[in-house]
Amino acid sequence: MIPAAFEYDRPTTVAEAVDILARNPGTAKVLAGGQSLLGLMRLRLARPERLVDIGGLAELRGIRALPDGGLAIGALVTYREVLDSALATSRVPLLAMAIADIGDVQVRNRGTVAGSIAHADPASDMPAVVLALEASLVVRSGSGERVVNATSFFEGAFVTDLAEDELLTEIRIPAQPTGVGMAYRHLEQPASGYSIVGAAAVVGRTGGSITTARIGVTGVADAAYRASAVEAALIGTDGGAAAIAAAAAHAAEGVAVGSDIHADAIYRAEMARVHVRRAIEAALGAAG
Amino acid sequence: MTTDVLGSPVKRVEDPRFITGKGRYLDDIQMTGMTYMAILRSPYANANIRSIDTSAAKAMPGVILVLTGADVPYNPLPMAWPAGGSSGVQNNINMPRALATDDVKWTGEGVAAVIAETPEQAADAVEVVHVDWEPLPAVVDTEGATQPGAPQLHENAPNNVVFVWTVGDKAGTDAAVDAAEVVVRQRIVNQRLIPNPMEVRGDIGLYNPGTDEYTVWMSSQTPHIQRLLLTAFVTGIPEHKVRCISPDVGGAFGTKIFCYADMALVMLASKLIGGRPVKWVETRRENYQSTTHGRDHVTYLEIAGKRDGEVTGLRVKTYANLGGRLSTIGPGVPTTLYARVLAGCYKIPNVYCEVTGVYTNTTFVDAYRGAGRPEATYVIERAMDLFAAEIGMDRAAVRRKNFIAPDAFPYDNPSGLGTAVNGEKIYIDSGNYEPALNKALMTVGYDDLDKAKAEARTRGKHLGLGLSTYIEVCGVAPSKWIGAVGEGWGAAMWESANLKVHLTGKVILTMGTQPQGQGHETTYSQIIASELGLAMDDIIVQHSDTLGTPFGYGSYGSRTSSVGSTAAIKAAGKVREKARRYAAHMLEASVDDIEVVGAEYRVKGSPEKKKTLQEIAFALDLGFSLPEGMEPYLDETAYHDTPNCTWPFGTHIAVVEVDEDTGKVDLVRYVAVDDVGNKINPMIVDGQLHGGIAQGVGQALWEEAIYGDDGQLLSGSMLDYALPRASWMPNLELDETVTPSPVNPIGVKGVGEAGTIASTAAVANAVIDALKPFGVRHLDMPFTAPKVWRAMQSQEVRS
Repeated sequence: MIPAAFEYDRPTTVAEAVDILARNPGTAKVLAGGQSLLGLMRLRLARPERLVDIGGLAELRGIRALPDGGLAIGALVTYREVLDSALATSRVPLLAMAIADIGDVQVRNRGTVAGSIAHADPASDMPAVVLALEASLVVRSGSGERVVNATSFFEGAFVTDLAEDELLTEIRIPAQPTGVGMAYRHLEQPASGYSIVGAAAVVGRTGGSITTARIGVTGVADAAYRASAVEAALIGTDGGAAAIAAAAAHAAEGVAVGSDIHADAIYRAEMARVHVRRAIEAALGAAG
Repeated sequence: MTTDVLGSPVKRVEDPRFITGKGRYLDDIQMTGMTYMAILRSPYANANIRSIDTSAAKAMPGVILVLTGADVPYNPLPMAWPAGGSSGVQNNINMPRALATDDVKWTGEGVAAVIAETPEQAADAVEVVHVDWEPLPAVVDTEGATQPGAPQLHENAPNNVVFVWTVGDKAGTDAAVDAAEVVVRQRIVNQRLIPNPMEVRGDIGLYNPGTDEYTVWMSSQTPHIQRLLLTAFVTGIPEHKVRCISPDVGGAFGTKIFCYADMALVMLASKLIGGRPVKWVETRRENYQSTTHGRDHVTYLEIAGKRDGEVTGLRVKTYANLGGRLSTIGPGVPTTLYARVLAGCYKIPNVYCEVTGVYTNTTFVDAYRGAGRPEATYVIERAMDLFAAEIGMDRAAVRRKNFIAPDAFPYDNPSGLGTAVNGEKIYIDSGNYEPALNKALMTVGYDDLDKAKAEARTRGKHLGLGLSTYIEVCGVAPSKWIGAVGEGWGAAMWESANLKVHLTGKVILTMGTQPQGQGHETTYSQIIASELGLAMDDIIVQHSDTLGTPFGYGSYGSRTSSVGSTAAIKAAGKVREKARRYAAHMLEASVDDIEVVGAEYRVKGSPEKKKTLQEIAFALDLGFSLPEGMEPYLDETAYHDTPNCTWPFGTHIAVVEVDEDTGKVDLVRYVAVDDVGNKINPMIVDGQLHGGIAQGVGQALWEEAIYGDDGQLLSGSMLDYALPRASWMPNLELDETVTPSPVNPIGVKGVGEAGTIASTAAVANAVIDALKPFGVRHLDMPFTAPKVWRAMQSQEVRS
């Protein structure tokens, strides 16, 4: 449980951090809360030559209200800070619904929302959440800043759109349509607590029929995804139990469903349907 | 002699140091000049070693010594308990060496060791030891390993069979099964578990070049036994040249009973580097791969009986996976400790069991909390449910009908507890099973079960209730039994105590037993406080060091409260008697006229003429004035060998709910009525039950060591091996009946394993009860959500 030797940097500005990344392509890893990376390093499953500890970057701290009613979450914001933020929990209740079950108290105190997104574990909860929220991710490198939609960020297991010289600096969650409800439902793998399946739903009705349906799913495939077939099937329906069940039946459509010692593909796909259905039901229950 | 302190829920005196980070566990020990050992472990489950090149490792920074198997002049580790004891049952024994020399038999077997100036340097250097491997096909399946064509692990073990051991009356049982109105047959698997003590294992070796003596600190349940094994069997170093010390031990669950390679390696390494201390602490990953595992049986059971519910026969064939080589008492667990109590608390006239011990390319298997008795309880309690279901009789009624009657004790168990050294039979000495069952059924509301099931259905849940009416056999004693032909190992099983009352009246009790979290310092203090009329604050309990503690066999098998406590009580009795004689001398009275009231020694009829124990100790320890023939000092040692095991019993009832959509099982209620005899400290008893129940529930619902076909441990970390969490447990509803054990002066029985022994079967029976609407008769543990969901995909059978 002793990591292999590594170099350690603690930059004081984002510019300095991305400069270090640019000068060490492929050999440096960004350290934020360390709740995923350090465990892998202790098992020597990850052996970065250099850690770039961004913990000193004051500009990445804090949760900001965006003028449009949305939310900006800095890359150093921990799960705990989200749970404790009246702004975050009132504007985007889905965040706390998912975060409350992540890891344990220590993980939530140290782990960061952005770290989970950048790490892109196929079983972690936050990717499904930012997908359902249509969040965008702010990315910096030496050549400037770009903004990536969450829907084009997650590419595979531990693989994202982030280049080796880029740093995820902020998560921007737009204002959610009025009247939508949100919910997160998941089935935990009992050993790790990671989700075998997790489903985030942002759903709303207008005039008796479903007009908003955004469903993020994690744990099922090698990357989190938007369950677009579910969304398409749900839009325009009355959102009754039958319509929800019919729509949720598409939850694992179009993805290669994973299999491991904890759940085979048949079970995972079925749990995707069950938890998408439950998340939609709960979201509609919470809708105004 | 008892006062209120015995039997009181006194807070544990150890806990302030344990819960404030002031315990002194093995890795807390720092020494000047400490060096650190890391062990290279096999990445293959079955492979030959062609050669090992250590040159790169030796050249790494900070490296002091690199060892391979060829450098270790020691014997293999001992296997002390062959199946059948000394009866001549063929055991095809293969034992691990301190480091493997020619081949490895499981992923994680040690191949080389690096000693360096820092733990980091040792970890880095061990990575560059180069082994030229010849990988071989592996076999991990217990039954499959015995089949033709399976890879053969050892030349002396054809078909990978370690032994075939039997117990009971074969002809009688065959006849009973053949003649029975009803026979139910089922294959059941008791899966492999990883014990997971909170503190992993570790050792520090320190060689003294001046005296040619060794000291070994070890996270062990058995420092005295380890000294014996390491000297007489492994190293050949004279026994009196080695001192073994167990510091605070943070849990063990059986895994720290045994003799391990690392213990010998730190001794050798310290000597080879001139006497600098060598510390080794395993990682959790190493703990998963190379500290013993538990359980791992495949069993074919046949239960025979009459349609009126009477069970007439039990015939069982078990394959027990013992791993790639044998651990210290591996073969003893699935034989004596398992099959001899297979019939549980039931009067079954014909019982026969055949156990085949099997080698596979897996980590060695040995005693784990309960050691054989959870496996036995699982077999008989599943069998009783299967039988009840087959004849359409209520599960509780079937149990009640077959209980050994309260007037049938001492009861001669037909699966044979065996015959002691002197020819004396060993009996189940006491029990009264029905009141515990009735109490548990009443508490859980058994008569309203159908109503509860119907209510659960309205919430999308399938509710199930499971019974486990168990007995335990505690003590791994008496010596005349465990040392007898056909039973145990070549050692006795008594315990020892030394009690000193020092000049200031302060008392030190020194024990041969070895706590690992049980609270011995509290319970022994309660006993001595009660026996001598002292405040607990005036007593400390010492243990765990072969220098200064009398020889003892250590703590496991729920033996300390019965065997160890009696030794302490005997020592206290000797102290009291000597104090009484000295009081007579001080008070110029006849010994017969001295009465003892608490800590006061009074002249009968003249209560003002008295001496306290402290006054007596002061004078006697100085020894200025001694009666004829009396030696100075209040210092007495006692040894105690119990006349019999103790026999706790009880009824546990689990209530589970299965989610209809996901198959996820929630344990929603747990009722346990245990009879552990009298209690020294009821709070500690409850604590043992809480932990034990959770551990048994863990096996039923979550825990499973999973190997790939290539012998890789897939559940190789806590990310993949699910341990129970406090938040998953319901409030445990504990109750008791009290049937004191007749074999010790305070009537205690032992409770370290009872919860684990009982709870697995209770939860399993509950889950299978919940799945009854789906036509499920049996399902193997653990009842993970995917497994249960799949079982529910069969057509639901609706009445």
